[in-house]
Amino acid sequence: MKKENTIIVALAVLAAIVAATWLILVAPGYTGNHINMTPGVTELSEEHYDLHMIVLWVCVVIGIGVFTVMFTSIFLHRKSRGHDAAKFSHSTKAEIIWTIIPVLILVGMAVPATKALVKMEDFTGAEMTVKITGFQWRWKYEYLDQDISFISSLDPDSNAARQLNSGIAPESIDNYLLDVDHPLVLPVGRKIKFLITADDVIHSWWVPALGWKRDAIPGFINEAWTNIDKPGTYRGQCAELCGKDHGFMPIVVIALAQDEFDAWVDEQVAKNNVK
Amino acid sequence: MTTEVSYEDVSESHDAHEHGDHKPSGFLDRWLFTTNHKDIGTLYLIFSLTMFLIGGAMAMVIRAELFMPGLQLVQPEFFNQMTTMHALIMVFGAVMPAWVGFANWLIPMMIGAPDMALPRMNNWSFWILPFAFTMLLSTLFMDSGGPAAGWTMYPPLMLQTGSSFAFVVFAVHMMGVSSIMGSINIIATIFNMRAPGMRLLRMPMFVWTWLITAFLLIAVMPVLAGAVTMLLTDHFFGTNFFNAAGGGDPVMFQHIFWFFGHPEVYIMILPAFGVISEILPTFSRKPLFGYSSMVYATATIAFLSFIVWAHHMFTVGMPLQGELFFMYATMLISVPTGVKVFNWVSTMWKGSMTFETPMLFAIGFVVLFTIGGLSGLMLAITAADFQYHDTYFVVAHFHYVLVPGAVFALMAATYYWLPKFSGHMYSEKWGKIHFWLSAIFVNVLFFPQHYLGLAGMPRRIPDYSPQFADFNMISSIGGFAFGATQLIFVGVIIHCVYKSKVKATDRVWEGSRGLEWTLTSPPAYHSFVTPPLVTHNMLSRAD
Repeated sequence: MKKENTIIVALAVLAAIVAATWLILVAPGYTGNHINMTPGVTELSEEHYDLHMIVLWVCVVIGIGVFTVMFTSIFLHRKSRGHDAAKFSHSTKAEIIWTIIPVLILVGMAVPATKALVKMEDFTGAEMTVKITGFQWRWKYEYLDQDISFISSLDPDSNAARQLNSGIAPESIDNYLLDVDHPLVLPVGRKIKFLITADDVIHSWWVPALGWKRDAIPGFINEAWTNIDKPGTYRGQCAELCGKDHGFMPIVVIALAQDEFDAWVDEQVAKNNVK
Repeated sequence: MTTEVSYEDVSESHDAHEHGDHKPSGFLDRWLFTTNHKDIGTLYLIFSLTMFLIGGAMAMVIRAELFMPGLQLVQPEFFNQMTTMHALIMVFGAVMPAWVGFANWLIPMMIGAPDMALPRMNNWSFWILPFAFTMLLSTLFMDSGGPAAGWTMYPPLMLQTGSSFAFVVFAVHMMGVSSIMGSINIIATIFNMRAPGMRLLRMPMFVWTWLITAFLLIAVMPVLAGAVTMLLTDHFFGTNFFNAAGGGDPVMFQHIFWFFGHPEVYIMILPAFGVISEILPTFSRKPLFGYSSMVYATATIAFLSFIVWAHHMFTVGMPLQGELFFMYATMLISVPTGVKVFNWVSTMWKGSMTFETPMLFAIGFVVLFTIGGLSGLMLAITAADFQYHDTYFVVAHFHYVLVPGAVFALMAATYYWLPKFSGHMYSEKWGKIHFWLSAIFVNVLFFPQHYLGLAGMPRRIPDYSPQFADFNMISSIGGFAFGATQLIFVGVIIHCVYKSKVKATDRVWEGSRGLEWTLTSPPAYHSFVTPPLVTHNMLSRAD
């Protein structure tokens, strides 16, 4: 087999694999469905998204390289083309190279990965604290600084529709399975600390737009924080199997500008005083 | 088509003593009381294929319920029982016993031994399994239903299991006893019964990978037994191992479980590495590239598997130092795994390849296992894992390494060695149809689950928001088609064993090397009664 032929075949295989990669990693996005992680609305979520994209591209490049060599070989080095088998069975040089290069790539990836993790674990400067408690199958939110607390459950419309053979089309319900009766209301632009625990079994509090999930463990208190950039409504779900209605304990966060948030707090406190 | 096919009776040319096979005559004597490694291997393989179909049927229930949003078929509680049982059956009932079955058949023939070192224990380690799984499956018919807390059995949820709880724990104990005895047997066989000249670093890769797997099993199955025993005493005897109110810690269970669970992942995949390292050289007609580094890479992966367990639980709230340690250690695993993939590709490079069914499954394995490995590298990045964890992205990842990974390797091994075991060739046409349908539908089934997970769909939920509907439907269609395709596999096996008229030659494949191919097809009931003299050119390795 002439060397030029190998290169031509390799380039053709490379083109085919790049096209296939586009087909499975990019094209499905044109259906209008979400196929990728959300960049979210916080510093942490953007950082986690960036990390995800870096390591995704590193993996894509490695995969394309490996598969190009492999399919070039599958195309050229076949008996039906009259290719005789070579005799070589090892090469210390090659093996050292393909041990060291991956190590260097890993070190390169470890640097941003470490930075992101250190930031996630930095709770300094929190301006308010919300305690989150998971129950089977609802969430309780306590605003420790504002003396507000309430329980947040799946909204009644979704709950009716999700019964076995309810006859109600899920598509007819707004935000089916992702809506609650009492959403968690938070201010934007402030570092908010969460204390996360559970009352019965382990749950996990996850809003993708905030960039992380944290397990809610009975008897222990976990910490996490967020600082939301944009006002809006952000939805998530319990992420740790917690029994039969695990799929039915959504989370809704409404992020408000500071003045609107203050007004909401006043309203809640007034409501409490009436009681 | 390069298979050498001979229609003459190949056994004629062999020694007279190989004809006196002393097969027990009665059905019970032959199968229930057997101490023969080939019969026990067959029992393991039939058992695991049965479990594969039962576990697969449960997967069909799961995919049917997830076909569209809303609950149409089953209650959430039963859905959770299906996901839990599907995993337990597939891990402990299908994949692990299948590898033990191949180990039983092949290790004695590969190292030139007449049988396993401990034949009676071999019988017992198999016959525990049907009882363990009958008991496990019977829980589905109890008042409380089967276990529904996931195969990971995390407390406190697992402690809410009803009357089936103790049966599940006892079934897990029995599976563990079976695995430990099987492993002891394999280690004893490999260390004591190799033919003269079969030095450790001349052993076939399948024997090497199983030797290392056996040590992993002995190390971690008692840990699992300990974990479920603590669950048992917490449930019935008032201990508080995992109850914070009594001074315990539910997260401790997760540490103990995954100290077992991560090596368990490699227990399922290392023998697959061995099989692929046998098959690629045969059909490339070229020795395995880097035999020694393959052995060392396998040992390195096995060692690292003990120090990465907490990457399964990054979101439990570990200290920063712990998260960093487990992230770095997990990333390191991609180095020896990469060495393996590069060596496989180098084995194919400049070979003289043909593409019979075992080779197709082996190539499918390398491609799709690599995809699963790369998504594993993504999951190692702790901060990104705070998003991936417990979503369908994880489901896609571990199904890629287990289905087109471990299961494809099992299918490759079946097509590769079944002619040797049965003495007949399988239908190459139907084997290839089985491969291509499996390869297409396994991707239709699992690739869209990456999108679902990244878009925010948690795992282990019976119903979902309509935004996830399209890819769930595609995944379900792939699942039904993949499941139906496996009936072809069953058909090909039955045809090969009972109907095929094409006799297999001793070598079976033009490029096959190794002691098992020097025996007749099928081998005598007792093979290598006198140890063979191992010469260099019998072996698959060259350096």
